Parts: sequence; structure tokens; C-alpha cells
Amino acid sequence: MSLRTLDAVIVESPVFKDLPHDQLELIAGCAQNAVFDPGDRLFREGDQSDTFFLIRHGIVALDTYVPNRGQLTIDTVGPGEIVGWSWLVPPYRWHFTGRAVEQVRAVQFDGACLRGKCDDDTALGYALLTRFAQMLVDRLQATRIQLMDVYGDRHD
Amino acid sequence: MATVTTEPTAVLRGSMTPLPYRVVRKRRENHDNWTLELEPVADAIDPIAPGQFTMLYAFGVGEVPISTSGDLETAGTTLVHTIRAVGAVTKALCAAGAGDVLGVRGPFGNTWPIEAAHGRDLVLVGGGVGLPPLRPAIYHALAHRAHFGKIVVLYGGRTPEDLLFRKELARWRSRLDTAVEVSVDSAGPDWSGNVGVVTKLIPGAPFDPDDAVAFVVGPEIMMRFTAHALIDRGLPPERIWISMERTMRCGVGLCGHCQLGPTLICRDGPVYRWDELEPLLGVPEL
Repeated sequence: MSLRTLDAVIVESPVFKDLPHDQLELIAGCAQNAVFDPGDRLFREGDQSDTFFLIRHGIVALDTYVPNRGQLTIDTVGPGEIVGWSWLVPPYRWHFTGRAVEQVRAVQFDGACLRGKCDDDTALGYALLTRFAQMLVDRLQATRIQLMDVYGDRHD
Repeated sequence: MATVTTEPTAVLRGSMTPLPYRVVRKRRENHDNWTLELEPVADAIDPIAPGQFTMLYAFGVGEVPISTSGDLETAGTTLVHTIRAVGAVTKALCAAGAGDVLGVRGPFGNTWPIEAAHGRDLVLVGGGVGLPPLRPAIYHALAHRAHFGKIVVLYGGRTPEDLLFRKELARWRSRLDTAVEVSVDSAGPDWSGNVGVVTKLIPGAPFDPDDAVAFVVGPEIMMRFTAHALIDRGLPPERIWISMERTMRCGVGLCGHCQLGPTLICRDGPVYRWDELEPLLGVPEL
């Protein structure tokens, strides 16, 4: 797939939407296509994190191992969403394991490459940070709602 | 406030006397939910409509309001109720077996404003045991498919084991003209669906917020966050409807047990427009 096509793909994601063309080109320069079969691990908890993914098709489960309960899925990420922010902040380690629930087609980004470009181009760094911050706020809010156990009892 | 959104059933119709209904079928939905099918021993109550409820009486134990959960297109005089065994009365109802007789009063309350969705996309969002009150509306919409644009069913539960009507969800999902997405709070590796709160499904759900109507049922906090997510998506508050639940005794607006500020849920509800009810839901202790 050409660089130009990757530009067109990533701009459809809310995280990259409306970015100037020159910044999109810089980001796309750190991207490549990736395909995962069902059950494949995109990344493993505790491993070095230098990548993140824009999911184009399929579902990625975020798993962790809970003693006495086994492998537990705590979140899923679907088409149009980003999975992975551990590449952005030290110590750059994955907090969960990412598993393809079904066949996953994604754009895979080299986070180390992108960090370098952000260091060189602070406007790009600021734009990406604010967009990732919005995504983190959305995930935090969803997690807070999840913690409320919103499906609890209705009245007897 | 408390505008009656659809015409309530005439007060006292069906009388205050429970009519005997016999349990003809019973199905376990999950670890604590059962669906009972009831047929009248003699006289039947008036036809029940999607969104309405009856007062079900376990003789000698007590009476509770339970929404209709059946396919009213084909039910005839058979009543279908899905009940969670959580208190003394509901446990007694769920313990009833085929041949046992229960008391039924009703139908009570107003109905889902299904006509408001004619020609529009219909979004139905259920959380936990909120799916049963939506099921008659889903059946109705599917039976009259041409009256609607897209039909989208979003359902959330704690775990895969807590989900209700799994076979029907799969059947509805297999239809090419219906979008069904299910999400749970946590799951094991054998779960192939979404994980996360049901509100996460709303941004990507295939409906046009400029031309859609939403029906939402679940615990109040789930309905609140769902309504906010629908509004964030662009759906006007006046096109979001929720179904309320409170402790009820009489079912006909006389005893006041289900009072919520100026409205009596058994008489004016249980279905309310979001913009009418939201101010009341934010009042502590109301």
C-alpha cells in the first residue's frame, strides 16, 4: 500500500482527523499495514511498547491474567479506534495483552519513530498529545462508568 | 413536567382484583432470571402493549410490577413475563411451575411511542434486566420492518453469563436488516464480542442521529449515561425515551408508592421522554 493511501486511511480516524497534510505525511511515514489472525497476540503485557495500532477491521481484546480466574478481557477495541498508548509515556511497556478476537486488519505505527518526529516537530507533538489525551479521557470515562456496575439491580 | 407522553391505560380498568392465570411454560434465561408464560384460567385482562406492565401476584406472598416481555404480535391472551428472582415476591414467582396459578392485574402504564419512530431509525438500548421491557418493541418493529429505517439493538451486561435472550440476540443479529451489538463488562477468552460499558457502542452504531428515535431501559444510572452518549452522538433529548421503575403497590395511581416528584410512574409512565424526566433524576432523594 502506498504512503498516499495510508494517509487517506489514517485521516479517517478521529485521532488524526483534520490534521494538516504535512503532519499526516510525517505520521504515515511511521506506519505500515498489519493483519492478525484470530487468536494472534498484537502485543503482550509487560513487553516493550514501541507500537500502536489503528484498527480498520475486527476486534482486539485487551486481556490480563487474573489468578484463580484465568485470562480476563477487560476491554475491546474496534474499527476506527486506536489501541495502545504505552508507547507515548515511559517506561514504554504494555499494560495488557492485545489479542485478535477475529481477523484484524490494522495500521501499525512505530511509536519510537513517531516519538522522534514529535521531539523534532513540537507542533506535531502537541497535536498528537492533545488528540491522544482526548482518547484517554474518553477511555477513562468509560472505565469509570464500568466501575459503577451500571447493570446493577432495578427495584424488586 | 410529567406530561403524559402516551395515553395511559384508563385508571381502574382491569379492576383491583387479580385474575387467575396458569403458568403454561417456564424457561430459565440465566442464573437468576426466568420467563413465565401465563394463560388465563377464565377471563383475560385487556390486551397488553409494548412498554406496559402487569401486577403479578404470588398468592400469599405479594405482588410486584413486571413488564411484558413477549412477542405481542403472536401472543394472543398469553402473557409473557421475564422475572429476576431477587426478593421474596419475585423468588416466589420464579418458583412457580407449569400448572401453578398466579394472580394478574393490568395492563398498566403507557406504551413505547413506536409511531414516533415510523419512517426513522429506531435505536433500542438495554442494560442488564432492561432488555425484557424492550423485547416486545423489538418484536413489533421487526414484524413491521417496512415502517422503520435502520433498527439497532444495543445490549450490555456484566458478563456473558448474565445476558438474557442470547438465542434471540443471535437470531436478530443474523438478519441483514437489523444491527445488534452486545457488550459485557468483563469476559473470559471464549467471548468473541465486545467488552466495555454499553455506552461505548453508541458512537459507532449505524444510525442517523438526525433521523432516529431511541428507547432505553436499564438501571437509572445506565439510562442516564446512555442518554448522554446518545445526545453526544447528536440525538435530540426529545427523541430519547426511557422506561422507569419504582416500587409500586396499586398500579393505578392511588397509593403514591411510585411517586417521582409530580409524576406517578404507574399512571403517567413507565415510559417518559428524556427531556421531561431528566430534571427529576438529578434531584437527590426524590
